[in-house]
Amino acid sequence: MDSQLKGAKLRFPRRLALGAAALSMLAASAFAAPPTAEVNTTGLAVTDTEVVVGQLHSATGTMAISETGSIQAERLAIEQINAAGGILGRQIKVIQEDGASDWPTFAEKSRKLLVNDKVAAVFGCWTSASRKAVLPVFERENGLLYYPTFYEGLEQSKNVVYTGQEATQQILAGLDWVAKEKEAKTYYLLGSDYIWPRTSMKIARKHIETVLGGKVVGEEYYPLGHTQFGSLINKVKLKKPDVVFAAVVGGSNVAFYKQLKAAGVTAEKQTLLTLSVTEDELLGIGGENMAGFYASMKYFQSLDNPNNAAFVEAFKAKYGQDAVIGDVTQAAYLGPWLWKAAVEKAGSFDVDKVVAATPGIELTTAPEGYVKVHENQHLWSKTRIGEVLPNGQFKVVYESDLIEPNPFPKGYQ
Amino acid sequence: MEWLSEFGAIAAMQGFNGLSVFCVLLLMALGLAIIFGQMGVINMAHGEFLTIGAYTTFIVAVLTERFAPAFGPYYFFLAIVMSFFIAGAIGWVVEWAMISRLYHRPLDTLLATWGLSLIMQQIFRSVFGAREVSANLPEWLMGSLQLTDTIEIPRNGLFVMGLTILLTATIFLMMYRSRWGLQVRATVQNRAMSRAVGINTKRVDRMTFALGCGVAGVAGAAFTTIGSTGPTSGSLYIVDTFLVVVFGGAASLLGTIASAFSIAQAQSIMEFFMSGSMAKVLTLLTVVGILMLRPQGLFSIKVRK
Repeated sequence: MDSQLKGAKLRFPRRLALGAAALSMLAASAFAAPPTAEVNTTGLAVTDTEVVVGQLHSATGTMAISETGSIQAERLAIEQINAAGGILGRQIKVIQEDGASDWPTFAEKSRKLLVNDKVAAVFGCWTSASRKAVLPVFERENGLLYYPTFYEGLEQSKNVVYTGQEATQQILAGLDWVAKEKEAKTYYLLGSDYIWPRTSMKIARKHIETVLGGKVVGEEYYPLGHTQFGSLINKVKLKKPDVVFAAVVGGSNVAFYKQLKAAGVTAEKQTLLTLSVTEDELLGIGGENMAGFYASMKYFQSLDNPNNAAFVEAFKAKYGQDAVIGDVTQAAYLGPWLWKAAVEKAGSFDVDKVVAATPGIELTTAPEGYVKVHENQHLWSKTRIGEVLPNGQFKVVYESDLIEPNPFPKGYQ
Repeated sequence: MEWLSEFGAIAAMQGFNGLSVFCVLLLMALGLAIIFGQMGVINMAHGEFLTIGAYTTFIVAVLTERFAPAFGPYYFFLAIVMSFFIAGAIGWVVEWAMISRLYHRPLDTLLATWGLSLIMQQIFRSVFGAREVSANLPEWLMGSLQLTDTIEIPRNGLFVMGLTILLTATIFLMMYRSRWGLQVRATVQNRAMSRAVGINTKRVDRMTFALGCGVAGVAGAAFTTIGSTGPTSGSLYIVDTFLVVVFGGAASLLGTIASAFSIAQAQSIMEFFMSGSMAKVLTLLTVVGILMLRPQGLFSIKVRK
């Protein structure tokens, strides 16, 4: 404790601090930690007692609605890791930056974290737009980003570990299930108008037409923030598809489901499978407005396994009994744990060594169950189908086998 | 034959949808028609006054559920009244603290109210959390009326429609049939002369702005039945709101109604035949085209001297 305090006080200027901390370490020598010179050869912000990481999400602006859960989950994981002794004998210190839902701000803040703060890893981003904005910075400065959101795929960088699902993992298993279980032949594809829904629907259409032998009777995109879905709902009533396959996001999401319910399109009359509703979104939509519809995700808060029970309990203890945990929140929670495992396997904080150690990392303690990092730095994971309950939770009705991540699916582009 | 009856049913529901979009557009534009149309203040924070109404509804819903569950089915009426007064009161304060100092600088008002909207959004986020919330709607507002086997009319649409008619009529009476409305219009036309004949123009300004904000609050309350309640929910409506008011000709209440109707019908019909994004693009193109031919509507209102 004593030497930790000293280390913290003497952190600036860093070179002096390193020397002083090393001296005090010799005196205290209570740590079994390997010396800093060994685990940090590239000048990262690592001392004998501490390693600095960055957190880069939108705490303000329109994306704060989605990213708050990720911020909370990463904090929880880091606290738990620290309580269990940290990484290579070092406590994790977090520098949190706010991307403010603005993509250039994300790029600027990521440069600040990597260049000025010399963080060893960054947990952050949510939208694909923000990830695309920071990617060149991470590649140039050789940083390491843990990205939690399910996304459209078609990307792979050695500087990014993708802890959410890429499109094929989330979509194909869901469509297979609905085709088999609901004997669906006709599909109505629907999404907000930007890259993720469009790419997802492209993959979905290919799969429906070539693999499942079904028919797409409608494919439509609405501007982000669209609030009037009456015409669309009438079209769905007219075409009577077996399944509505939806990827509507943000405030539009709430409007869409409230208006569906008001127009009498409920689960008794219409099967609906969505890619974009987690427990977080259900708070705003209201479970009663969506009861009986299905979502295709890798994680639901109601998953019944001991890892998840412990995770949910810890999360609620920290953030209140009313807190809910969605798919991305859980994926964000995996980030610090995956990083810890990779650093320990590499025996170093150096980004290149951590990246080299990353493929093959396994987590048996993940709330979603077992996950494993693929060569392409995405996770092997299971896909589940959840049925919306009126209380805002999901009942898991189907679980796939472990699915291999395939960010560049052949024949789907 | 069956096909024909089904087509009729869809046409009927589609017609109702057009009307219901019209009511939504009109409801959100009414407050701005007063503030922007009558006073010439470009209030970029208008959407946030909608949000105030939405959150007021949420709070009333939660409090009702906790303290007076028996009152549950009717809380919505109380929520609407509360939304009006809370949004109106905040509007009153904003006019006093900010707008009244900027009347001779309309472009600065634009920037200042935009800043205000960002501040208000962040306050909502800090107080209510970044996540969206949802008020439990009373049973009678949910679901649809089954007119025939195939024709279903959403109840929340009917409710919004009724509220819009009531509110429009009230505002019309206030503006064109009451002494206060006379004072407002006099102030707009000639401030110095109005003051000379004994009208307290400062008070008129303040009340007009507060009224516009209060009406926005009511719209926000009504929109909890069809949309989201989050820190940025109000900003979803702001572009369409300005579109309606500008397109209609800023100083005319009838113009606002006509403009809301035509935009709503165009949007609703085009959305039925093409994708939502394309429909929006075409609607905007049409509006721009018409405004080029008839520019009276486009920011040509009198600016206060």
